[in-house]
Amino acid sequence: MSPERDRPWLIRTYSGHSSARASNALYRSNLAKGQTGLSVAFDLPTQTGYDSDHLLARGEVGKVGVPICHIDDMQSLFEEIPLDKMNTSMTINATAAWLLSLYIATAERQGSSPAQLTGTTQNDIIKEYLSRGTFVFPPDASMRLTSEIVSYTVDHAPKWNPINICSYHLQEAGATPVQEIAFAMANAISVLDRVRENDGVDDETLSRIFGRISFFLNAGIRFVEEMCKCRAMTQLWQEIGRERYDITDEKMLRLRYGVQVNSLGLTEAQPENNIVRIALEALGVTLSKRARTRSLQLPAWNEALGLPRPWDQQLSLRTQQILAYETDLLEYEDLFDGSHVVEKMTADLLSEAREELDRVLDMGGAVSAVENAYMKQRLVESHTARLRAIESGELTVVGVNDYRETVESPLVEGGSNAILKVDASAEREQIESLEAFRKRRNEAEAKRALRQLEDVVKNGGSIMPPSIEAAKAGVTTGEWSQVLRDVFGEYRAPTGVGAAPATDAASATEEVRQVRDRVDAVSKDLGRRLKILVGKPGLDGHSNGAEQIAVKARDVGMEVVYDGIRLTPQEIVQSARDEGVHVIGLSILSGSHGVLVVDVVEQLKKAGLGHVPVVVGGIIPDDDARELEKAGVRRVYTPKDFDLTRIMDEIVDVVSELNAA
Amino acid sequence: MPPREPTTELADRVSNGDLGAVSEALNRIDDSRPERREDALALLDALETRGRGARIGVTGAPGSGKSTLLDALVSGLRKRDRSVGILAVDPSSQRTGGALLGDRMRLGSAARDAGVFLRSLAARDRLGGLSEVTGPSLDVMVAAFDAVFVETVGVGQSEAEVIDLVDTLVFIAHPSAGDLIQFMKAGILEWPDIFFVNKADLGDAARRTATELQAGLDLGGRRDPGFRPPVLCGSARDGLGIDELIEAIDAHQAYLTSSGQREDRRKMGRVARVRSAIVSRYGSLGLEHLTGPLAIEEYVGARSNRSVERLAADLGRQVEESLGADGD
Repeated sequence: MSPERDRPWLIRTYSGHSSARASNALYRSNLAKGQTGLSVAFDLPTQTGYDSDHLLARGEVGKVGVPICHIDDMQSLFEEIPLDKMNTSMTINATAAWLLSLYIATAERQGSSPAQLTGTTQNDIIKEYLSRGTFVFPPDASMRLTSEIVSYTVDHAPKWNPINICSYHLQEAGATPVQEIAFAMANAISVLDRVRENDGVDDETLSRIFGRISFFLNAGIRFVEEMCKCRAMTQLWQEIGRERYDITDEKMLRLRYGVQVNSLGLTEAQPENNIVRIALEALGVTLSKRARTRSLQLPAWNEALGLPRPWDQQLSLRTQQILAYETDLLEYEDLFDGSHVVEKMTADLLSEAREELDRVLDMGGAVSAVENAYMKQRLVESHTARLRAIESGELTVVGVNDYRETVESPLVEGGSNAILKVDASAEREQIESLEAFRKRRNEAEAKRALRQLEDVVKNGGSIMPPSIEAAKAGVTTGEWSQVLRDVFGEYRAPTGVGAAPATDAASATEEVRQVRDRVDAVSKDLGRRLKILVGKPGLDGHSNGAEQIAVKARDVGMEVVYDGIRLTPQEIVQSARDEGVHVIGLSILSGSHGVLVVDVVEQLKKAGLGHVPVVVGGIIPDDDARELEKAGVRRVYTPKDFDLTRIMDEIVDVVSELNAA
Repeated sequence: MPPREPTTELADRVSNGDLGAVSEALNRIDDSRPERREDALALLDALETRGRGARIGVTGAPGSGKSTLLDALVSGLRKRDRSVGILAVDPSSQRTGGALLGDRMRLGSAARDAGVFLRSLAARDRLGGLSEVTGPSLDVMVAAFDAVFVETVGVGQSEAEVIDLVDTLVFIAHPSAGDLIQFMKAGILEWPDIFFVNKADLGDAARRTATELQAGLDLGGRRDPGFRPPVLCGSARDGLGIDELIEAIDAHQAYLTSSGQREDRRKMGRVARVRSAIVSRYGSLGLEHLTGPLAIEEYVGARSNRSVERLAADLGRQVEESLGADGD
C-alpha cells in the first residue's frame, strides 16, 4: 500500500472581481483552502487597455475580473502574497506587456527580482482575433509585442512562461479536436518563427524559448477523445520542435499545458448537472500520466447563470482536491500505454491535425489565416454544425434537449441569490481611487516615462524595459495603451460569419421552413425584407453567440447587418438608423447589460427610433431580465434558450405585433 | 410607429443632409407594397433635380483591400469637411432571401464616424449583381451628401451595372499578374476612370501590375477616349496614396463638368437603367412593344426632371397596355 504518488498539478481557480482589494481577499481565502496557484481574471477595460473612467469602460469595471489601472492597484491585488513564492497565471493578451510590467514592478517593491518569478502571461493574440475578442492592435504589431515579451523573459525572468497558446477558446468557439490541435500548433509556429527573427536569438536561446512555450487546452465532455487529443498534441509538438526548429533537448521538447475545462457545454437548465460534467472533464485531462495537465482550473457549476459566489468556486476547488488527493489517480504509470483503441484514436487525430496544420501553413501561417478569415470560418462552421445537432436532437445534452423532466432545484431557489452580485458602487469607488492616484503621482516622471515608451514603440527596441519604468513612474493602463494605439492603430478582425454555409432547402428542418415562410409573409406586410441588426455593446468580445444568431437569422431569410463587437450604444443607434432595420438583437455576456442595454433603448428613443424593438441575449439573471423588460426590451434570452430557430420565430412575432399595431 | 411625413417635407430634410430623413427615404423607396409605390415615385421625382453629390463607384476583386481603401478614403474626405454616404452592396444573398451584410464591420472607423451614413444592401434576386433598389438608393443619397460611394465586390456583372449609376469608377487592383488577364477578359479595362494598385508595399509586384495596367490602357477601346485614367499606387493600410486618390477623383469630376461628359453619362445611364428595368420586368419582348430602343432614349431624354423609376413605371404601363392589346 501507499505507493509513491506523483506530484499533483497546480490547482487554480480563475477569479477576480470588483476591485484589487476585494480580489486580494478572495485570493487569500482560496489559498487558505488549499489552492496552490493563482489565476487572475482582469476586467474588460484592463484587458483592452482603458482606464476605469474611459467612456467605453462604463458598466464594465470590475465585472468579469479585477480592474488594474496602475501599480498601486497591482500592489493591493498581491498584498501579503509573496510573489517570489507564488505561481500566478494572468489571463491577459493585448496588454500583456503592460500587466507583466506592473507585476514585475510590484515584485520589486516587495523585494523580489524578475528572475524569481514563476507564472504565465497568456499573451496569445491569435485566439483573441478568432474567439475571445480582446485584441486591440493589428496582427503585425501584436506579434511584435508577443515576441518581445518572449525575448525579454527568457533572459530576465527565465522561470516565467511568457506565452500560453490557447486552444481553450477555440473549442469554446466551436473547434473540433482536430481544429484545436492544428490551430494551436499553427499559432505557436507563428510566434516561434517571429521570435527567431529577434536580435540575439541563437540556437541555444531558441531551444530555451521553445521549452518555455506553454499551452492552454480545453477539455470537453467527450473525455476519452479529449485525452487522446492531449496525447496527439504532445506528439505533434515534439515533431515540430525536432523538425522545424532543430530542438534536441528532450526536456525542452516536452509539451507543457494547463487546462480549463469546458464552459461551452455547461447548461443553464438543471445547472447542478454541471457538477458532474466538470468532474468528468477534469478526469479526461488527468487520467493519462503521459498527457496529464500541469495546472487545472475548473469553472463553477452555475457559470451559465451569472458570476459564481465564493462557495461555488470552493466546490470546484474541492472537486480537484478529491481527484488529486483522495483517488488513486496519481499512483500509477500511464494507464493507456499499449491500448490499441487509444493509440488508434490518437494516431487518427494526429494525421488529420497534420493535414489541417499544413493547410494553414500553406496559406502563410496563422496570421494569414486570421486575415483571410480561414480559421474563423472553420470555427463558425463547426459551431453552427454543433448547434444544429443539438436543435435536431442528434447530439444529446441532458436536461436541455432530452431528459428535461425535473423537480425544482433547491440549489437555485431564490433566483438571483444563487449567483454573485457585483456591488454597484465598485465602479465609482475604482474611479475615485484612480483619480486620487493620478493626483498623488509625480506627473513629470509619468510624462517622461511615456515619452520614452513612445520612442521605443516608434523606433524599435524591446518594449519591456520602458514599460517597467512606466509602471514604476505611475503611468496608467489607459495611458500606456494609448501610446501604442497612436503608433500601431487599432484593428478589427474579420468575422468569418458571411461565409458560413447556409442550410439549403433540402436539409432545412420543418421548423426552419416554417419560420422562413413567416419571414416571407411579414416581409411582404412590411414592404421590404425583414432586416435585423446584430451586435455586441460594451467591451465583451465573446462573439460566438452573436455570430450564431446572425447566421441563423440569415438562414431563416432575414437580411442581417452584423455589426460585430465593442460597440458604444451610440454606434448601435447610428447603425440602426442608417440601415433602416426592423429589429435590433444585442448580445452581452459580461454582466454589464444593466447599463449598456438600457442606454441603447434610451438613445433609440432620443433618435426618434423608439419604435424599433430590441431583443437581448446573454448571461442575464432573471431579476435583471425583468428590469430590462421594464426598460422596454421586448425579449431576453439566456443560455437555456438553445433553440435558435425558436428565437427567430419569436423575433418575427415581435416585429409583426408592432407592425400590426 | 411615428406618423408618416409628407413627401415634400421629407425631400427637403433629405437635401438638408438630415441623416434620419435619408434613412426614412431609403426605406420608402424600397417599399414593395403596391399602395405605397406612388409615394416612393413622388419622393424620387422630388429628389431627382436635387442630386448634387459626386457618384463614385469603388470596385475590385475580393481581397484587393477595397474596404480598407474605402475606409481611408472616407476619412480623407471627412478631414476635408465633406459629407459622405456609402452604399455597400453585398453579393452574398441566399436562396432563402436572407443575407449577411458585414460591411459595417469591414469598414472600421469610417462606419463609426457620426458624420458618415452607410446603408448595406443585399443583392437579393440579382446574385452577383446589384439589386433593383441600388440605383434609386443612390439617387436619394446624392441629394444629401457631397460624395456617395457605391461599393461592389468582384469583377463582372456588378461592374457592368454600376457603370450606369456612377460618374467616377475607381478600380482597386491587387498586385498580382493574374488579375490583369481577368480584367481584360471581363472587359474591365474599358470602364474605370481611375486605377489604384493597392498594397504597393509589395514592391515589384505592385509596379508590375501598374505597368501592365498602363499597357492595357494603351490598347485603347476605352469608353471615354478623351480621358486617360490615371494608374495610382499606394497602400490603403498605411494611408499611402490616399490624398493622391482624392485629388484624382476631384480632377475627374472637374473633367466631367468641363467636357460636358457628366451630362452625357448621366443621360446614357438613365436610359440604360430604364431599359434594364423594362427588361427585368417584362423580358426583352417588353422592349419591342416600345417600338425599338430609340423610343426609350427619346422618352427619357425629354423628361430629365423625372426619376428613372417613374419613367420605368410609366413606360411599363405602356408595355402592359400593349401586351394586353396583343392578348385580345
